Amino acid sequence: MVTGGLTKFAKAHPEMDFRLMVKRAYDYALKGIPNLTKDRIDGTRISYFSDHFSRQLKAASMVQDYLGMNPKGSVRIEWGGATGGECFQAAYEAVASGRMDVCLAAGYETMSRVATWKGNEFIALASDTNFDFPLGGFYTGYYALMVVRHIYEYIRKSKLAHVTDEREAQRLAIAEGQRIMSWVSVKNHRNALHNPYAQYPKRVSVDDVLNSEMISYPLTREQICTMSDGAAVAILCDESRAREFTDKPVRVTGVGTGTDTMRLADRPFGKVPLFAHEKASDYAKLEYPGVHSFRAGRAAGLEAYRMAGITDPKRELDFIELHDAYASSEIQTYEDLGLCRYGEGYDFTLSGAPFLRGVDYGLDVPKAGEIPVNPSGGLIACGHPVGATGLMQGVFAFWQLQGTVRKHFGDGTLQIKDARRGAIHSHAGTGSAVTVSILERGFR
Amino acid sequence: MKARPPTFEKFRDVQAELERSGAAIFHSPTGEDSLVIRYPYSIQYIHSYAEDSPFFLGLADGKLKGSKCTKKSCGFVYGTPRSHCMVCGSPTGWIDLPTTGRLHSWTTCHFGSEAFLKETPYNLALVEFEGVGSLLLVRLKDATESQCYVGMPVEARFDPNPKYSITDVWFVPRR
Repeated sequence: MVTGGLTKFAKAHPEMDFRLMVKRAYDYALKGIPNLTKDRIDGTRISYFSDHFSRQLKAASMVQDYLGMNPKGSVRIEWGGATGGECFQAAYEAVASGRMDVCLAAGYETMSRVATWKGNEFIALASDTNFDFPLGGFYTGYYALMVVRHIYEYIRKSKLAHVTDEREAQRLAIAEGQRIMSWVSVKNHRNALHNPYAQYPKRVSVDDVLNSEMISYPLTREQICTMSDGAAVAILCDESRAREFTDKPVRVTGVGTGTDTMRLADRPFGKVPLFAHEKASDYAKLEYPGVHSFRAGRAAGLEAYRMAGITDPKRELDFIELHDAYASSEIQTYEDLGLCRYGEGYDFTLSGAPFLRGVDYGLDVPKAGEIPVNPSGGLIACGHPVGATGLMQGVFAFWQLQGTVRKHFGDGTLQIKDARRGAIHSHAGTGSAVTVSILERGFR
Repeated sequence: MKARPPTFEKFRDVQAELERSGAAIFHSPTGEDSLVIRYPYSIQYIHSYAEDSPFFLGLADGKLKGSKCTKKSCGFVYGTPRSHCMVCGSPTGWIDLPTTGRLHSWTTCHFGSEAFLKETPYNLALVEFEGVGSLLLVRLKDATESQCYVGMPVEARFDPNPKYSITDVWFVPRR
């Protein structure tokens, strides 16, 4: 990767349609590397999630057209919430296969063109329309079902095993889970105060998060990402050209993808695919993934880490930008990606490990800086314009690894000192598909 | 010159104007004037349940149908039917599921998609059945947030006036 660009993510950008948003992000990306002109780009991969949002089919062709890329090769990428992450990997594949020397990955979503609850309906149409959608199709409801079980498996059965009254134990467990999920929300909103691209930067307390509106029990409004308008681009090329374009390229050293059943009801109850630091005996009594964990995320992590030669992700990664559409899924993803064992995600959060060192969260975070997660603010604070989101993570990771966060944000608070290797993680509905890509500093 | 639609600096005011007159101008903080119009879209699908049809016809008869892999060495039993086995790829056959089960997980939705907003709050539940390898997602009625718990015994109810939808069945706490 040699450059990237973004628009500010916002509730609505009525003054720009999707073509102009992508153009602005593209112009920003090109500005930094004058040797890379349009004629050097061999083709594009363009991502957006839903035709419903813009009421324009084949909209990627209009982006290609607006950027003046015809007649170069292009294809539209769509893979639910993981659309942006897949687009990044599609551009990687175009270059790695030798088909292109230079490939532009561009993604966007304009979700403001319908009312929020209609937008939720469009998103829920990415669930089985025979069995799931007609029940009240609502993604926050699906993630709530997943986290209620996650809390049951990992708080009720362990920390609260001594409580004999089942209902009381579960009530206490959910309250504890809600409290810890709120830490994630506090972290991501707080980090975003230093990110000018973010939609909802703010200082919130655990109580503010808990007291915000209940959307689908036990998830409150502040624990959930929002609809957003935005675009992101990344330009990838082969190694020899990369040095011609920039003295600070970033290398893509691992890519992984995984999938799971569309219906939560069909998820199996089997065994955990293990990372090097785990033993089968750790999970002797665990039925996996059930609805409590994202098997697709584990599969994507295993593949990407293997390719990049990573055996202990917590030590060998300097940061992760992961898909926190819900505070719950950030905690579930810590476990999928091997930052801790299954069942340890809540304690891992409370240890402070995923927080940034030197940022005041109003929380006691003794292990802050161990493995910062979502230093940008993640989806919860940046917004989630679906087709752009995975590429946005790529751009944030790129700037981290280049050491140019201050230049692009006008504020260096979020710069992780000497960051050499990071991961980006993109996730589609209820974990039906996940991508993980490993990025490393490609210069000395 | 013909009259221009009214101009607003707040997007929510633009949305309100669209409800009223169908057109408005959004004046952005960066100075551009964008013309915004109402643009309705509706469609009736000719939706076939195809291979899932026996399940939905079963609901109308007050029966909950699952499926079972026909391969002897597999025999996986599905709580949400599928006509081919996910494990081994063999065809499945229809079976009657128990009409009682337990909550595997649950939630109360206080908001929902536009189509379901008027029904909020409602409970969604994943039900597990004894001897069945996968779950079924349903509405859970007659139970408040404080009454629900993982493992709660529940039983099926069927709509006497079927709409041929998954909502023809719902579950209630077992009496």
